[in-house]
Amino acid sequence: MKKYVKDLSVKAVEFPHELYVLLKLTDKEPLPETVPGQFVEVKVEGSPATFLRRPISINYVDREANELWLLIKKVGEGTHKLAELKVGDTLNLVFPLGNGFSPVQKKGEKVLLFGGGVGVAPLLDYGKYLKEHGAEPVFLLGARSKSDLLEQDLFRAIAPVYVTTEDGSEGEKGFVTQHTLLNIEKFDRISVCGPKPMMVSVARYAKATNTPCEVSLENMMACGLGACLCCVEKTVKGNVCVCKEGPVFDINDLTWEV
Amino acid sequence: MADLKTTIGGLTMKNPVMTASGTFGYGVEFADFVNLEDIGGIIVKGTTLLPREGNDYPRMVETASGMLNCVGLQNKGVDYFCEHIYPEIKDIKTNMIVNVSGSSLEDYAECAARVNELEHIPAIELNISCPNVKQGGMAFGVTTEGAAAVVKAVRKVYDKTLIVKLSPNVTSIADIALAVQDAGADAVSLINTLMGMVIDIEKRKPVLSIATGGMSGPAVKPVAVRCVWQVAKAVNIPVVGLGGIMNAKDAIEFFLAGASAIEIGTANFIDPSVTVKVAQGINEWLDQHGCKSVSEIVGQLNA
Repeated sequence: MKKYVKDLSVKAVEFPHELYVLLKLTDKEPLPETVPGQFVEVKVEGSPATFLRRPISINYVDREANELWLLIKKVGEGTHKLAELKVGDTLNLVFPLGNGFSPVQKKGEKVLLFGGGVGVAPLLDYGKYLKEHGAEPVFLLGARSKSDLLEQDLFRAIAPVYVTTEDGSEGEKGFVTQHTLLNIEKFDRISVCGPKPMMVSVARYAKATNTPCEVSLENMMACGLGACLCCVEKTVKGNVCVCKEGPVFDINDLTWEV
Repeated sequence: MADLKTTIGGLTMKNPVMTASGTFGYGVEFADFVNLEDIGGIIVKGTTLLPREGNDYPRMVETASGMLNCVGLQNKGVDYFCEHIYPEIKDIKTNMIVNVSGSSLEDYAECAARVNELEHIPAIELNISCPNVKQGGMAFGVTTEGAAAVVKAVRKVYDKTLIVKLSPNVTSIADIALAVQDAGADAVSLINTLMGMVIDIEKRKPVLSIATGGMSGPAVKPVAVRCVWQVAKAVNIPVVGLGGIMNAKDAIEFFLAGASAIEIGTANFIDPSVTVKVAQGINEWLDQHGCKSVSEIVGQLNA
């Protein structure tokens, strides 16, 4: 899939939560082809501490509106700078990068999509893709608290959504892997994106139930192109670049203790 | 249109812009962004005799206007390179140069000898300056005797253009440069990364897996320009300058300091098409300043 370095223009800036910003980007030309689960590397202007690009997963692609969405958690100086962008500003992207989630394997397959925190971002685009291609996605989303749940309406418009919060303010209290849904339903496969401890625990659930499972990693990156070998993850095939061979990996290819 | 043609030993390059090893993969990773043939020379990822897994993650940390890395020469070894990678890159119509590293004189020589057999690899860059491997690498590059010994061992088995990449982590880089010149190097390239360290104060632990790493990016450029200036005055072989070059004006600084060619490294991570932009920018600057060729400004600082 061809990669581009492009200036996109900021069409909308939304703040779903004080810690997050949603950037809707567009271009005069039709946006390049992308696969759900791929990411972009954005250039952050304006401070020596944000020298490298920031890898951000693609939250959603709206082909009709020619929009590419980035849902960003404000963590450090770079992501705070991104939250200062205004409508009409340009943002330089290198994209699309990485492999993305697996394509639909068979009609009617039930795919459980686990998301935690800002890790829910790529699952919106993937869920939409699965639904449109004859699969039956189900979302199981976790957050600290009700106010940390993001894009709930958009997820619900695609497929059933189950929720856990650590404080019990929405859905079931606890972690995603404790949700009662897991006791009553079986799934053909699982995809997960979230904090590492959550992904490890989902991977354990997947192993225990013999369910194929893929995880989306976010190791620290520099080039995003598989050239610098900085973002490596240990796999059964040795150290491989998360930016190029990933970010999505089958848990059987990783060396996690699950 | 100024004449950008550049000669380094037996290498003729259409322009003086090369890519720094370890920042441009094998070139093909960047083919969507640049016409690879528009780059004067592509120095591919460091290659060793045997495969190396490199260091553990984390291998990279961002710093003010720069970064540290401790990749540790991850590569699949020279046999894999010859069998699988060389066929993919040999027809790229520019100078494809292999960066060779090792942990013993024998390793260096055997690896170089293997690459010597490859028809479409007109040069090697000998890495005696990697700060991220326990044995070898920089261990050779920090003494005049060590540096000379590696170059002599390789020179015996390698008859094409031999560029030697120098470490700035030394007392006198000019002395090392003189030693490798006397040992038979056709050119020197400098600087490799500066050894650095970043600490996570909450964990009270170094961020990088092996504690230290090599610093690169625009923050190191003044150190690199100083090193090139010192070395260019000392030696009579060509100097290839690198360290923090982000644009054409940075490159011009290196030419004025005495570099005949330059390498672009970390900037490739910020803009994957930066190499050709720098080549164009050098041409524009030369035109604007009435210079007919890049060679005429090499080392031409006003007194």
